[in-house]
Amino acid sequence: MAKTNSRDRMKNEINAGSMADIAFLLLIFFLVTTTIAEDKGVLVKLPPWSEDEPDITKLKKRNVYSVLVNADNQLLVRGDLAQLDDLRENAKTFIMNPQRAEDMAEAPNKAIISLKNDRGTEYGTYLEVYNELKAAYRELRDEYAEKKYGKLYEYCSKEERAEIRSAIPLIISEAEPTNFGDEG
Amino acid sequence: MSKFKKNRGKASPEVSTASLPDIIFMLLFFFMVVTVLRDAELKVEIETPRATELTKLEKKSLVNYIYVGAPVEKYKKEYGTKARIQLGDKFASLSDIPLFLEQHRSKVPEAQHGGIKSSLRIDKGVTMGIVADTKTALRKAGQLLINYSAKKKES
Repeated sequence: MAKTNSRDRMKNEINAGSMADIAFLLLIFFLVTTTIAEDKGVLVKLPPWSEDEPDITKLKKRNVYSVLVNADNQLLVRGDLAQLDDLRENAKTFIMNPQRAEDMAEAPNKAIISLKNDRGTEYGTYLEVYNELKAAYRELRDEYAEKKYGKLYEYCSKEERAEIRSAIPLIISEAEPTNFGDEG
Repeated sequence: MSKFKKNRGKASPEVSTASLPDIIFMLLFFFMVVTVLRDAELKVEIETPRATELTKLEKKSLVNYIYVGAPVEKYKKEYGTKARIQLGDKFASLSDIPLFLEQHRSKVPEAQHGGIKSSLRIDKGVTMGIVADTKTALRKAGQLLINYSAKKKES
């Protein structure tokens, strides 16, 4: 009789107290292996590969904004030494050409930015320059959207965005790098 | 009166821990979902540059990673100090890029092939020579959407 009694007691429940420990173990494993750091970066769409280089000499000179970065990470904008800090503002003026100057872009959709660097240019500098040019376009699109639709570019609808993009297309043409500087 | 007293005496003095596993499991599932298991050990030193015009990379399954930088201390003896490309978990050369892209592409459903992006994680100190070569290789392989990995710049 006593034996059956003890069996009855065993039936009651499985002890779930250690469940928490098991879950903790798994939790700690995932905590350690987790890298929540998300990947962010400057998104670029490369042109499709073609054997012959696009010839920018055919374009009107006034529409081309040439930016050169040499192996010493110096900036040459339209033939003049320039500073990175001024690049964004200057590029914006060039693209929009508010004073209708003779030597600046005819219209925002005709402006072309030609970016050229050397094989010895530091990647960090190159990306900073690219970032400034992209920022110039982003700001122009924001201003345009603000004026036309009363909101920033990122809040515009798909059709509105397409309209803005055709008015101010982002054209950055990258030439093959020159090979003057040292490659480290 | 006696009835109330009896009830109080029966009440268990311990807090029930039965729901503790549930709470922990909830946390566990949260971390399981947000986790990206590190699949590649970095063999090159990479400090990404800072930028302001950042785009977040979504859909991790559509992204492949190309690392460029100087080998870390451990591999300097073997591979020198010059910047190198790392694909997956091993050092690679430019000619390995098309195969690497193809291997990644085969894992992605056909309909989403247009959305595949390459994340270029490049050290800010490397020279543009190797970067330009990588870009050319990507263009030749038809991988045109690329993302220069960068950190947020506080301005």
